[in-house]
Amino acid sequence: MKASLILSDGALYEGLSLGAEGTTTGEVVFNTAMTGYQEILTDPSYHFQLIAMTCPQIGNYGVNRNDFESKGIYAAGFIIREYSPVVSHWQADQSLDAYLKHYGIVGISDIDTRALTRHLRDHGAQMGMITTTNEPLDTLLARLRTGEKLVGRDIVKEVTTDRYYDWPLSGENDGTGKGSFRVAVYDYGVKFSILRTLHDYGCQLRVFPGHAPPEAVLEWNPDGIVLSNGPGDPEPVEYAVKSVRHLLGKKPIFGICLGHQILGLALGGRTTKLKFGHHGANHPVTHRLTGAVEITSQNHGFIIDIDSLAKSEVEITHINLNDGTLEGMRHQPLRAFSVQYHPEASPGPHDSRYLFAQFIEDMKQFHA
Amino acid sequence: MPKRKDIKRILVIGSGPIVIGQACEFDYSGSQACKALREEGFIVILINSNPATIMTDPEFSDRTYIEPLRADVIAKIIEDERPDALLPTLGGQTSLNLAVELAESGILEEYGVELIGAKLETIHLAENRNLFRDAMGEIGLKVPAGGCVSSLEAAEALRDEIGFPLIIRPSFTLGGIGGSVVYNREEFNRAVQWGLSASPVTEILIEASVLGWKEYELEVMRDAADNFVVVCSIENFDPMGIHTGDSITVAPAQTLTDVEFQAMRDAAKKIVAKVGVETGGANIQFALNPENGEMVVIEMNPRVSRSSALASKATGFPIAKIAAKLAAGYFLHEIPNDITRKTPACFEPAIDYVVVKIPRWDFEKFPGNDVRLSSQMKSVGEAMGIGRTFKEALNKTLRSLENGWSGFHADGHDSVSRMSAEVLLDDLRWGTPDRILKIWQALTIGISPEEISKITRIDIWFLKNLQQLVAFETHIAEEFKQRRTLTPETLGTAKRLGFSDKHIALLTGKLENEIRSLRKENGILPSFKIVDTCAAEFESFTTYFYSTYDPENESIPSNRKKVIILGGGPNRIGQGIEFDYCCVHGILALKNLGIEAIMINCNPETVSTDYDVADKLYFEPLTYEDVLNVIELEKPDGVIIQFGGQTPLKLAIDLEQAGVPIWGTSPDSIDLAEDRDRFGVLLDSLDIPHPQYGTATSIADAIEIGQRIGFPLMVRPSYVLGGRAMEIVYDLKSLEHYMQVAVTASEEHPVLLDRFLEDAFEFDVDAISDGGRTEICGVMQHIEEAGVHSGDSMAVLPPFLLSRDQYEDIKEYTRLLAEALHVQGLINIQFAIMYDTLNVIEVNPRASRTVPFVSKASGIPIAKIAAEVMSGKRLDQIGYTFKDRLPYVAVKESVFPFDRFEKADIYLRPEMRSTGEVMGIATTFGEAVFKAFQATGIAIPTSGTIFVSVNDNDKARMFPIAESLNKLGYKLVATRGTADYIAGRGIPVETVLKVSEGRPNVVDYIKNHTIDLIIKTPLGQRSRKDESPIGWTAIKYRVPFITTLSAAEAIVRGLKAQSKKSFEYQCLQEYYKTH
Repeated sequence: MKASLILSDGALYEGLSLGAEGTTTGEVVFNTAMTGYQEILTDPSYHFQLIAMTCPQIGNYGVNRNDFESKGIYAAGFIIREYSPVVSHWQADQSLDAYLKHYGIVGISDIDTRALTRHLRDHGAQMGMITTTNEPLDTLLARLRTGEKLVGRDIVKEVTTDRYYDWPLSGENDGTGKGSFRVAVYDYGVKFSILRTLHDYGCQLRVFPGHAPPEAVLEWNPDGIVLSNGPGDPEPVEYAVKSVRHLLGKKPIFGICLGHQILGLALGGRTTKLKFGHHGANHPVTHRLTGAVEITSQNHGFIIDIDSLAKSEVEITHINLNDGTLEGMRHQPLRAFSVQYHPEASPGPHDSRYLFAQFIEDMKQFHA
Repeated sequence: MPKRKDIKRILVIGSGPIVIGQACEFDYSGSQACKALREEGFIVILINSNPATIMTDPEFSDRTYIEPLRADVIAKIIEDERPDALLPTLGGQTSLNLAVELAESGILEEYGVELIGAKLETIHLAENRNLFRDAMGEIGLKVPAGGCVSSLEAAEALRDEIGFPLIIRPSFTLGGIGGSVVYNREEFNRAVQWGLSASPVTEILIEASVLGWKEYELEVMRDAADNFVVVCSIENFDPMGIHTGDSITVAPAQTLTDVEFQAMRDAAKKIVAKVGVETGGANIQFALNPENGEMVVIEMNPRVSRSSALASKATGFPIAKIAAKLAAGYFLHEIPNDITRKTPACFEPAIDYVVVKIPRWDFEKFPGNDVRLSSQMKSVGEAMGIGRTFKEALNKTLRSLENGWSGFHADGHDSVSRMSAEVLLDDLRWGTPDRILKIWQALTIGISPEEISKITRIDIWFLKNLQQLVAFETHIAEEFKQRRTLTPETLGTAKRLGFSDKHIALLTGKLENEIRSLRKENGILPSFKIVDTCAAEFESFTTYFYSTYDPENESIPSNRKKVIILGGGPNRIGQGIEFDYCCVHGILALKNLGIEAIMINCNPETVSTDYDVADKLYFEPLTYEDVLNVIELEKPDGVIIQFGGQTPLKLAIDLEQAGVPIWGTSPDSIDLAEDRDRFGVLLDSLDIPHPQYGTATSIADAIEIGQRIGFPLMVRPSYVLGGRAMEIVYDLKSLEHYMQVAVTASEEHPVLLDRFLEDAFEFDVDAISDGGRTEICGVMQHIEEAGVHSGDSMAVLPPFLLSRDQYEDIKEYTRLLAEALHVQGLINIQFAIMYDTLNVIEVNPRASRTVPFVSKASGIPIAKIAAEVMSGKRLDQIGYTFKDRLPYVAVKESVFPFDRFEKADIYLRPEMRSTGEVMGIATTFGEAVFKAFQATGIAIPTSGTIFVSVNDNDKARMFPIAESLNKLGYKLVATRGTADYIAGRGIPVETVLKVSEGRPNVVDYIKNHTIDLIIKTPLGQRSRKDESPIGWTAIKYRVPFITTLSAAEAIVRGLKAQSKKSFEYQCLQEYYKTH
């Protein structure tokens, strides 16, 4: 079946339907990771986005039971060059197509994804629509242009948990976290890998809704607080910024991605939108102090304006080598630090795992 | 850290002659590195024995030594040049081994030379298999069960512990030489002995086989600050058990989840840190159990490699260049990415296409050998294809191989279609050069991918993709049957799947051009996309393209004056680095003239496919369709076909008919020279003597010609490369046999018969003409007599057996021929002098294999001049002085792959079988020839025992050789006839038994290392049975073997020179200056 991808600037790409039939809209972004489409689809940060994979062969290893970053698919749509109906992997238990269909996700294949990427690079990320309907282009485009946008809207509330839960999900705590640090995680759209990694570091985890009052979090008496990743524009998520302001200095804080941006806003910074964002698994980031370079996994359309923090006590710790944008910061007196990228990777290189150890160290010192 | 200031002079060791396992990819790496180091202001001292390389061009380094790659030679050069550092990671295993030898002998310390790129400990840890295995254990990584041993007894103990099948690999060898997979005790004993003798340290690794596991490679880089990047992942289509150099490989990896890929990345990071690759690139191989994802480490190379060259071409990330800069002190993030200019080299390329590499073999040249592939590499070259999908890339690569395949299809030769399903299935079990064809056949007759996967252990993902191609073939054929044409949808889909026009033509019974027209009528045109390292995330400034059938085209032609140069395609015997050398020189010359130089080639090993060399690079198959696609887009002012060897020549006439402007000598002139009849008429009209000839289109024809012109005859099919199937026949019976067995003569494919000038002296002449003036660039005399292919023969420049008159005749004939053929550019002529008559044997009005040798020897860049001439310049305007004689001597010697084949016939023949060449340069012939022998890696003993055995005809000529050897202090050993002859003339000699005479015989002597050099000429067909084991044993035990008396005479002259004084080593820059 045929399908089309329409961008709000009028660009049209025709391809074949993948996954569910129907129409979907979202901000179109491209991701340059060459592995990990399952993790990407299930990452809540992609809520309300149509993801175009620059890697042309997708679906090769199917979908398995382990590599989930959440309980479902959050991406609003999926755009690829060639879908592989062939699934070859010992862990796979279904095909990507079946998986997309199961979750009702509309996708499109056989698109010149490189042309699309170049278009987005030159003209910026924008709203788009994938559809299998035969409605006239003008109608669709009008609907797309008048529809909801990503900027200026709180979409965290659409992905965060309704109520707190403890990790691991298997119900009972498996005991490995006992006797170590209690970590409260603000869920703005948290990736399971953040929870898995903290758990591997021996943390006992409670995941709170993004809108949970700071008092409720403190009541659990955590040793530290993690501000998770999440989708969309950070500025409208005012309640989160307010909560973090309240928590600053009371507990060590570690922010990741959207959590980093919220921390930045709480510390008096400003955020801006990038032209087409950073979405991939190959972004070099340098640690200002050591000069070491990490290859990082990234997924964000917004950044903290590096100048907006110039006068604060915030120390810029990490810089993106490609475009010089802010990638990491630390407020030493308040024991808060954060990174714009994903130290939990998934998908992507594991170069930045040390940040979790750093957080553990902060919690230790805070106690002492 | 910025560039090191404490280092000024850097010594770079090249990889030497092209051999299986070490080919021109090291010229690509080496020339890139030399360029990078010089850009940084270092003084580069280069040693490489291979004159056909770009890196040995005098402008690529400050001091260029074309000298044998031996520790003693390098030590002397170090003494003279006093380098501050030695960079050993760019010249393959050869350079690494030499660095170890130099470090361990104390030379480096004595002269204060620092090893950069890889320290001694690093090399040891990576190369010593026991140390490596232990190191892996220490960082928690798994390796297959096994260990290293140095004796058969120890090997047996290990065998009993692990059980069959086992992998046996010698330490410190190249391209898996001496490696085997063994299934039983008999194979085991043989493999252990072979492996021990192949290893320079007499050590082998015995490992539990992980046959059938999935095989992966990571190309990684690390700097002194522990920054680490993966440049490329490579997945082998052929699973474990087949050497990666012999495997079809795919980049990036296709069937790994992110979890698996990152586990591999983590492992790689730990490995390079543990082994201590401080600065530079490394290649790490992994095996993955397809049942449960279990991963083991197979090996790592702490240097640039064949795979890193492939990875560089596959990603646009110049590994060797970056490695050189890292070795010079930089950190990864201090080096800019050339392609994006804005981003640093410290990143991991994102690929938005698929790359497939397929090896190319030349088993036909070594009949009688097992064509099954194993852990020892046997391929001689490779082609790479880029497409948006695996299917497209595979099809493009298959048609790049120039095997006559137009894609994933048997092309109607149906060499495998006659096989029954049973035979086919049994055959598929083994990797063979045509396994991909057999898979096509199996899928075509309905054998399921699952079944094929079970037998071959090839991942089902690949096989089902292949099945999709087979299914679409059926669709094309059926649609055509119903409609007598193809719908635009079908045609478009076929092109997106990578089907060539020719393939579609075959399926529909149409002509290729008809499909092309149909396609163009329907607006189905290729687009060209950029290889940019970043999947289009950043703007790219590099003009490196591949074609596909996605809508958006990124290649925007310029309005400049422009020329397209067609490359040589995959390396094979007869067509190798020499033609790439010519192409690169062509590019450089054109660029210098301000002309836009555009390269088309599909060989990832080459310098010409470095995106930095030409103004624009199209990495495309060299087929009519693909080349014409580029031409139609670029609309060049000219296309140069005379640099790339046979590959572009085959396209010349079709391209000309399609209206393409060919620069230089016309395709018709080239064809005239290839066409025996037309050429004979021309020679007669110019009154130039030549051997009598005939052209046969049938057996009867051949017999008639044989009777008419007499024997011996040189026979061969027309239009062949490297003397394929070329033979000398001595009588009617063997002629008949040849016509029946070796070739199929037809109107289209006639067989050429020439009177063979036995015992004639041959001369190879390279000349250049601008259409008016013709200049001789070099006259080379073949050391072996006529009958040995010119590509295999030892040659010396200037010639030593040529009178002034004869030289003048050569000049005159060359001028006449160049004029008659309207040569514009290069011309190569082979002459033979028999009974003082100068005959013309062959003329090729194009770049020849000897162009780089002549250029290096004379210091005149003749390919560059040729390109200028083709652009319309006259020789007078270019202004080089062509000298008649050189005041020094350069000797070219060939290098053969006999050690790769268990049953190689080592006697030289009219059919070319050498893979590479070396050059010896010195002030006397004796020195030059000795250096050339040394450079081939043959350890010519300066004392010890020499075995001599020649046929009766050769005895008189052999005697002075024996006499000289005796005088030089060698002990002589000979078989009875030869011994009697020598002893009867008063030279002491020991008699040894022939193989047929009992034991201990000469083979036992070789095995016991009591013979250091063998001089043995062929005794004729009958005694081949006796001779073969001597050759095979000599190769296994690495005893040098001289098969012609001319070569023996040359060696004697070399030994004499060597005994008189110690050799001097001078760089080319000095030779050119002082002489």
